[in-house]
Amino acid sequence: MSSLLSIRGLKVEFSTYGGTVQAVRGVDLEVHKGKTLAIVGESGCGKSVTVQSILGLIPSPPGRIVSGSALFNGTEMIGKPVNELNKIRGKHIGMIFQDPMTSLNPTMKVGDQIMETLLIHGRYSKSEARARAIKLLEDVHISEAKNRVDHYPFQFSGGMRQRVMIAMAIACEPELLIADEPTTALDVTIQSQILHLLRELQIKNKMGLVIITHDLGVVARMADNVAVMYAGQVVEHGTAEEVFYKSLHPYTLGLKQALPSPAMERSQLIPIEGAPPDLFSPPRGCGFYARCKQAMTICSDNNPREFYEGSHMGRCWLHHPQAKGVEV
Amino acid sequence: MTPLLELRNLKKHFTIAKNKTLHAVDGVNLEIFPNEILGLVGESGCGKSTLGRTLAGLYEKTAGEVFYRGQKLPQKYRVSDFVHLSREIQMIFQDPYSSLNPRMTVREIIAEGPRLAGMWKSTEVTTKVKEWLERVGLAADHASRYPHEFSGGQRQRLGIARALAMEPKFVICDEPISALDVSIQAQIINLLAELKGKFGLTLLFIAHDLSMVRYVSNRMAVMYLGSIVELGESDDVFFSPKHPYTQLLVGSNPEPDPIKEKNRPYVDLHGEIPTPVNLGVACRFAGRCPKVGDRCRTETPLLRPVGKNHFVACHFVE
Repeated sequence: MSSLLSIRGLKVEFSTYGGTVQAVRGVDLEVHKGKTLAIVGESGCGKSVTVQSILGLIPSPPGRIVSGSALFNGTEMIGKPVNELNKIRGKHIGMIFQDPMTSLNPTMKVGDQIMETLLIHGRYSKSEARARAIKLLEDVHISEAKNRVDHYPFQFSGGMRQRVMIAMAIACEPELLIADEPTTALDVTIQSQILHLLRELQIKNKMGLVIITHDLGVVARMADNVAVMYAGQVVEHGTAEEVFYKSLHPYTLGLKQALPSPAMERSQLIPIEGAPPDLFSPPRGCGFYARCKQAMTICSDNNPREFYEGSHMGRCWLHHPQAKGVEV
Repeated sequence: MTPLLELRNLKKHFTIAKNKTLHAVDGVNLEIFPNEILGLVGESGCGKSTLGRTLAGLYEKTAGEVFYRGQKLPQKYRVSDFVHLSREIQMIFQDPYSSLNPRMTVREIIAEGPRLAGMWKSTEVTTKVKEWLERVGLAADHASRYPHEFSGGQRQRLGIARALAMEPKFVICDEPISALDVSIQAQIINLLAELKGKFGLTLLFIAHDLSMVRYVSNRMAVMYLGSIVELGESDDVFFSPKHPYTQLLVGSNPEPDPIKEKNRPYVDLHGEIPTPVNLGVACRFAGRCPKVGDRCRTETPLLRPVGKNHFVACHFVE
């Protein structure tokens, strides 16, 4: 399968008054054409920073990409000059930002915001771009698109603003769409509409899709592949079925047990005690060590390497031949 | 059993412009029984938070009555009402960042209510604050810190300690976990359950996460545009929803199970959740309902029994 985006050894730091935060500590990821990769993890685990750094969206300073590579269709994205990045961003790679309330320009009509992308990247005249903007609003199921195109963001509800963001992101039919928490601010019925829409677009354009979320329900619905991130690292990676049904990492297991099961029988919620580590001074060993119920002596001082079962990866010493396996 | 709290045709309207009234809560009848956890679900803008805030006296009631232990609660709270009712009814807020005063220490935050109500003498404040911090899983030496020194989950623990230090009987939990990460949510839910048992609390648990509400609560009420459309035992509402809106909610609720999710049929529902401005006489769900009929546009359906402890407001449910 052809790889659309390939991230290798990405490390990102932020310098703050309190010291240096090692937000991303060596991440490898792969996105394939027409497939969906979901990146799961809790706030501060580095999932947003990872995708922002491949688009050159990390403000520098305070941010700094220490090392790593991100190949998009074979071209290196890290360190690319802004004028070259601008030819790719918005055209070949679309991005849906987390917060539709703040990511749209409140002083611009939504039609003009969609047209902006088209006029910069496409070979559209102004009137063609307007017609295309209306078509895009229709595609994202906004009724009366002809009138709506001249409205301002404040005249839209949250769900509709999110759909306007999607219309902007897909305006140039990107090969890769990155959606950072695309439905977190939305209600479940609207969330269903948006997820369905993304699926439709993906099938139509053979688009690669990266969804960043902490909602395992959304992951289950959308993902072909899942990467679980914790403390700036990918701790588990595999197909959705592998990660959900045969979890290799205690953190992934913990997440599942912390959610109420929709089965008839009510099982006790088992929280993951404690809190994620401070990334100002990341632990020498496994990032999950302090919260892990199955932690061993080796885990405190040695960050686990990647262990594989086929293509299913778990970064946990329990898979070392000398250790017992994770009991699911 | 006599209800602890009884709502009769409770309404809260907001005037948003001349001749424009927002019907946030529009005629809610509900009984909440001692020691139960009643879950209240609905999408944003359906009025569930307004209902909670009205019950806590933070909003003046537009119409209708609320009885607490048989006593009618005032239409609009005066300061003296708050002083006396805050020992009975308390609230835990959604946002652990904006609901704690950043300029007060933890000790001041927790002790403020009990001190004002004359529950704690100044000599016992230190011990009492320490007790409460330990009960909610924080350390005693956190008392001198400020809210910004805590994580979201820890702040929510502070919000819980602040509410429960008043030793209330009835606690309104307004989305207490939706701002928290999954791994932290379960910690807070377990803490609430433990404290509920310990102090014999009755909870109104407001949230939009269906699976969690079903897990937490004994009974569940589903709200749409200011009114309750379905009410029943949590499992009945969750596993055999009767109202078309509840069916839609349950049908859209994503579950952490890839095989189930990928085989889930997509229910195409057109339209947005309308804003409840100037509502006429009609079913509020008529505009989006797949089963809509003529009657729905001319007559507001009322909650009526459809099974044991199960009530639905729909013309077409048998």
